[in-house]
Amino acid sequence: MTETVAVIDYGMGNLHSVASALGKVSTQNVVVTSDAAEVSAADRVIFPGVGAIGDCMSEIRRLGFDQLLREQVSSGKPVLGICVGMQALLSHSEESGGTDCIDLFPGQVKFFGHDLKSAAGEPLKVPHMGWNQVAQVEHPLWHNIADQSRFYFVHSYYVEDTGTEVKGRCQYGVEFAAALGRDNLFAVQFHPEKSHTAGLQLLQNFVGWNGQS
Amino acid sequence: MSLAKRIIPCLDVDDGRVVKGVQFVDIRDAGDPVEVAKRYNEAGADEITFLDITASHQGRDTTAHTVERIASEVFIPLTVGGGIRTNDDIRRMLNAGADKVGINSAAVHNPDFVKAASDRFGAQCIVVAIDAKQVSAEGEPLRWEIFTHGGRKPTGIDAVEWATRMSDYGAGEILLTSMDRDGTKNGFDLALTRAISEAVPVPVIASGGVGNLQHLADGVLEGQADAVLAASIFHFGEYTVNEAKLYMQERGIEVRL
Repeated sequence: MTETVAVIDYGMGNLHSVASALGKVSTQNVVVTSDAAEVSAADRVIFPGVGAIGDCMSEIRRLGFDQLLREQVSSGKPVLGICVGMQALLSHSEESGGTDCIDLFPGQVKFFGHDLKSAAGEPLKVPHMGWNQVAQVEHPLWHNIADQSRFYFVHSYYVEDTGTEVKGRCQYGVEFAAALGRDNLFAVQFHPEKSHTAGLQLLQNFVGWNGQS
Repeated sequence: MSLAKRIIPCLDVDDGRVVKGVQFVDIRDAGDPVEVAKRYNEAGADEITFLDITASHQGRDTTAHTVERIASEVFIPLTVGGGIRTNDDIRRMLNAGADKVGINSAAVHNPDFVKAASDRFGAQCIVVAIDAKQVSAEGEPLRWEIFTHGGRKPTGIDAVEWATRMSDYGAGEILLTSMDRDGTKNGFDLALTRAISEAVPVPVIASGGVGNLQHLADGVLEGQADAVLAASIFHFGEYTVNEAKLYMQERGIEVRL
């Protein structure tokens, strides 16, 4: 039977791209949905997000998706958070005047700041926008992707490096978590659906993943 | 290890067709934006920008449909500019699969639109496009102003102040075109690029005047641009995106290869 990937739609984001990228790399059935039953019935779940975290979290709570997401994660099925969908999994974000998040990963989401500088002391622009390198920590989702491959990022807030759950690191004035993983849950700060070959490979790895790390 | 400087080919699209003649020798339909975008994607472009020059309302639907077709096949960021005047225009392009929209004259007519758009959709997808022209006479300190209507209509607005104001209002990026250089192949206006790039905290895309690879590198090294946009040098096959990247890398610029 064909497996199903549910892309959770809570009105915040360009889901068309995620869905078409999944369509490109797999023959699984892809549903973009805000129906909790459909999400629960799916074999895999993608949790995207763009925009301000305050708006995202209020929509997530209004729709009860924080609870839905916790259930999906505890069910053991593979779950992938993307961009603000990753940040929403942390405990708390500095954005939108301070926002409590879903707390599936302990840790903080912080602002890059107005005086961000490179190691050489050059001023850095915020948002961090463009293709940057990710130093991988071994995980099945990096299969067939060279270490230090570049992915497309666009964000002004970053997930602090929390240690053991960090599965990829990136440098932009600070070293931050580009990927987090624990058991069947994985999350990336970059946009795999916009990261050409490396990004498509990661999505392909996700749809083939059994959720064991 | 750091963030790569981006190379962005730009396509002018009228009613769903690429205009200003893209001339790839081995492309099936050089007028089809999807074919052209796919080609640039394969060639290593870091993003693609579409400038929609369609005049009619029906044509705007065609544009949304074109964006949708491209976004289904091209998995790099896509910016759509031209004719973006309302939040509905933005929503339509984002839903079609654009990652960013470029706002130009609508920002000049109503700066608060940029604020509203950024609040609603996030700064990450709001690019403010600025068309600037030098207005200082020789010997005077350099000064540039914003022009509208393809560089014909002066607004009296200082370009550096305007760029700063637009980033304060929530622009996530500035697309800066020198109207003095656009189409000349004499290179970017580097003083303008640098003045804007140093003034704003957000990334700046340099545009207007690229005639060779040296110009692209200069835009980054002297103009301090975060990304460089070019049309004709790529469209007519004078250089490939990859050649441009190798050249920039030789000049010590971090690129994605």
